[in-house]
Amino acid sequence: MSAAAGDKPIRLAVFSTPEHLPIVRAAVERICELIGFDAEHVTRVVLSVDEAMTNIIRHAYDGAGDRQIDVELAAVGEQGCQRLRIRIRDYGRPVDPNTIRPRDLSDLRPGGLGVHIMSECMDTVEYKQAEGGGTMLTMVKRLPPADGGSAG
Amino acid sequence: MSPPSPDSPVREIRWVDQTAVVHVVGDVDLSRSTEFQQSLLALMDRKPERIVVDLAGVEYMDSSGVASLVKLLSRSRKAGAQLSLVGLGERVRSIFEITRLDTVFDIFATIEEAMA
Repeated sequence: MSAAAGDKPIRLAVFSTPEHLPIVRAAVERICELIGFDAEHVTRVVLSVDEAMTNIIRHAYDGAGDRQIDVELAAVGEQGCQRLRIRIRDYGRPVDPNTIRPRDLSDLRPGGLGVHIMSECMDTVEYKQAEGGGTMLTMVKRLPPADGGSAG
Repeated sequence: MSPPSPDSPVREIRWVDQTAVVHVVGDVDLSRSTEFQQSLLALMDRKPERIVVDLAGVEYMDSSGVASLVKLLSRSRKAGAQLSLVGLGERVRSIFEITRLDTVFDIFATIEEAMA
């Protein structure tokens, strides 16, 4: 991680209320900028975190606004192959990781786009049942080389 | 038709004959998508022939906001109305591209182009 962003993981604990989403988005945006992501990649990472948290609020917590969501952001890897690792943990109803998959986009209907967005925008997306209950989502995004690289 | 809820990102609806020009302002995420969808779908009560949704005032939109527009698109198609989106900033355009919905919606740079 850049000197400006520090070397230690950044941890946020927020409530499962939609009112906290803009705060988390702002924090993720700033951290991505400090690490060195360009504007297009910042947008994609922020969107992925937002969609993950929206899914937790809606599905793991059934809309309850007083439950906890933990977000951890860490720069990992050596210079030249740095990655941003994001862990998002909830304590709600466990979700079978095998049932979470992007839907067919040719089917024009509202909803179900969040998992597609995360898969499209991040390099890896992994769900695991967390120890002690709930679900741990880990997403990783590589920092593109300084000489450019397409958004993906 | 009742005016948009104060909590809705739909700030103003201007009618020109049977065309509704809808101005949306602020972030459209989970905290406001319910009001957003209600405001949009309420438009259909007046049986518009054309709807132009101006997103120039929107900094951020998530999939719940996009889902509301997909629902409006579905309703407007069934009613034979034309739906256009205008004024998409880079961030908002990104989510339409990521979800491939930029090829489904009619997207224009300005209201004037959409009305031409």
